[in-house]
Amino acid sequence: MQGKSQIQNVFKKTLNISTSPHLVRGIGTNDIMRNVVWALLPTALYAVYAFGLSALLLLVTSTVACVLTEHFLAKKSKQPSTISDWSAVITGLLLGLTLPPNFPLWMAFLGGIVSIALGKFVFGGLGYNVFNPALVGRAFLQAAFPVAITTWFPVFSPDRFSSVSVATSTLPLMEPATDGFTGATPLSAFKFDHISTDTYDLAMGFITGSTGETCAVLIILGGIYLAVRKMLNWHIPVSILATVYVLTALLHFSNPEKYPTPEFMLFSGGLMLGAVFMATDMVGSPITTAGVWIYGALIGALVVVIRLWGGLPEGVMYAILLGNAVSPHLDNLIRPRVYGTGNRGEKVRG
Amino acid sequence: MSIQTTNKANEGFWDKLASSPSTDEYMKGLFRENPVFVQVLGMCSTLAVSNTALNGLAMGLATTFVLLMSNILIASLRNVIPKQVRIASYLLIIATFVTMTDYAIQAISVELSKALGAFIALIVVNCQILGRAEAFASKNTVWRSILDALGMGTGFIIALLCLGTVRELLGNGSIFGIPVFPDSFQEWVIMILPPGGFFMLAIWLMVFNAMKQRKAV
Repeated sequence: MQGKSQIQNVFKKTLNISTSPHLVRGIGTNDIMRNVVWALLPTALYAVYAFGLSALLLLVTSTVACVLTEHFLAKKSKQPSTISDWSAVITGLLLGLTLPPNFPLWMAFLGGIVSIALGKFVFGGLGYNVFNPALVGRAFLQAAFPVAITTWFPVFSPDRFSSVSVATSTLPLMEPATDGFTGATPLSAFKFDHISTDTYDLAMGFITGSTGETCAVLIILGGIYLAVRKMLNWHIPVSILATVYVLTALLHFSNPEKYPTPEFMLFSGGLMLGAVFMATDMVGSPITTAGVWIYGALIGALVVVIRLWGGLPEGVMYAILLGNAVSPHLDNLIRPRVYGTGNRGEKVRG
Repeated sequence: MSIQTTNKANEGFWDKLASSPSTDEYMKGLFRENPVFVQVLGMCSTLAVSNTALNGLAMGLATTFVLLMSNILIASLRNVIPKQVRIASYLLIIATFVTMTDYAIQAISVELSKALGAFIALIVVNCQILGRAEAFASKNTVWRSILDALGMGTGFIIALLCLGTVRELLGNGSIFGIPVFPDSFQEWVIMILPPGGFFMLAIWLMVFNAMKQRKAV
């Protein structure tokens, strides 16, 4: 055994053998991840502006929880700490952005731990996770604390910078007190009371909802920045949004009374945030372009089905998690033809 | 554990007990060959009825009773049952005792019987019981089979209590129905639901494996 490794060491020093690609762009994982954080910052800043101190504390808590868990688990499994690649920061930010602004901080901390431990480290760390870690954390919180995660906070409340929501500062393990205000998001208002919201308000974020999902315009700008820098596969958001638009348009024109307008569906809830920043997770999405379109269409269709016919007002989270689960199979089914082989991968005689 | 041959006269009662092969036959089921944490058998009932400590204990006791009675009967009939029809014979014996248990629990507490639901009847197909019958009782004496059944049963109860107490504590804020936290405690609904069973089982398996590794090193 020892002799063999010595030979390998000599080999490494004299001959550098590597597989293709031999030309690299000079951009590593941490560069991409850092840019995703930049793209998320406007959304996060707007969230703090719209919801005040509570949102700021929430985002900081979920991010710190993710980074600490990542550091602790990396040390525990005797690997170098991977917090410097920014991926834990993104997971924490995304988790915070998908939670209600007045979500109790201890629950957000727990969600951060679950995201990294259960969503990422169980599978072997960055690059091996089947599901989007932030959504795993959110799904856990949704199942564990169904009331707290559907209690909303008013947007632009006058004392948002001077005081923190009562629910935010709930002691660990305790039940959050209700603020007296449990406003409805546009989606739940439509689902349960059939009230539609103006598209302009939806796009600009003058509505309540999860911390970072309200301002669609800033999310799209962040997505365009990443797409231009080729750090985001634009096929994914486009296919999801197109599917949602087309399906809702068909339903809306068949029965305008019962179904919402396609614009309402596009700009309400977490669809934008999910389509641009979560479904595009490089690990959880398929590799081939054809696979990506099927993946996007599947997520879009699931969003429409869950929102319009399901029991919950919002279904982006479950749609993306199901899409993540399907994507390895899409990669298996759709394989690019290898040069020099036939369509089914058999060797061509010659 | 090996049988000590020297200094036998100097040993006290407890030393003799600790070194006797019968004790080992019983003790192996508790941790070394724990049916849930080491053999990972009987997962259906483990995951389904460990949502509260009381349900876990009742299920564990019911399973232990069936295991004990079937092991006794199978071990005493082991030379009579033809090899070709042994599985069918074992199932018949197990099913008899399961039916008895089912009726007994219904008679003791209707509430408990409702909480455990179909899972009492499903003890018939608990692979742990058939596994002990096939792997142990059919090849060993009645006395050793009794010890084996009691050990495995105790191990099963320990495992169900491990899962049940933590799930009830987090999911309901109580242990055996007695509230532990103040009224304002926030229940983790997920812990009572099926996913909580999977999470807790995984965490306990992790703890057990970590302890085993530490012992090995």
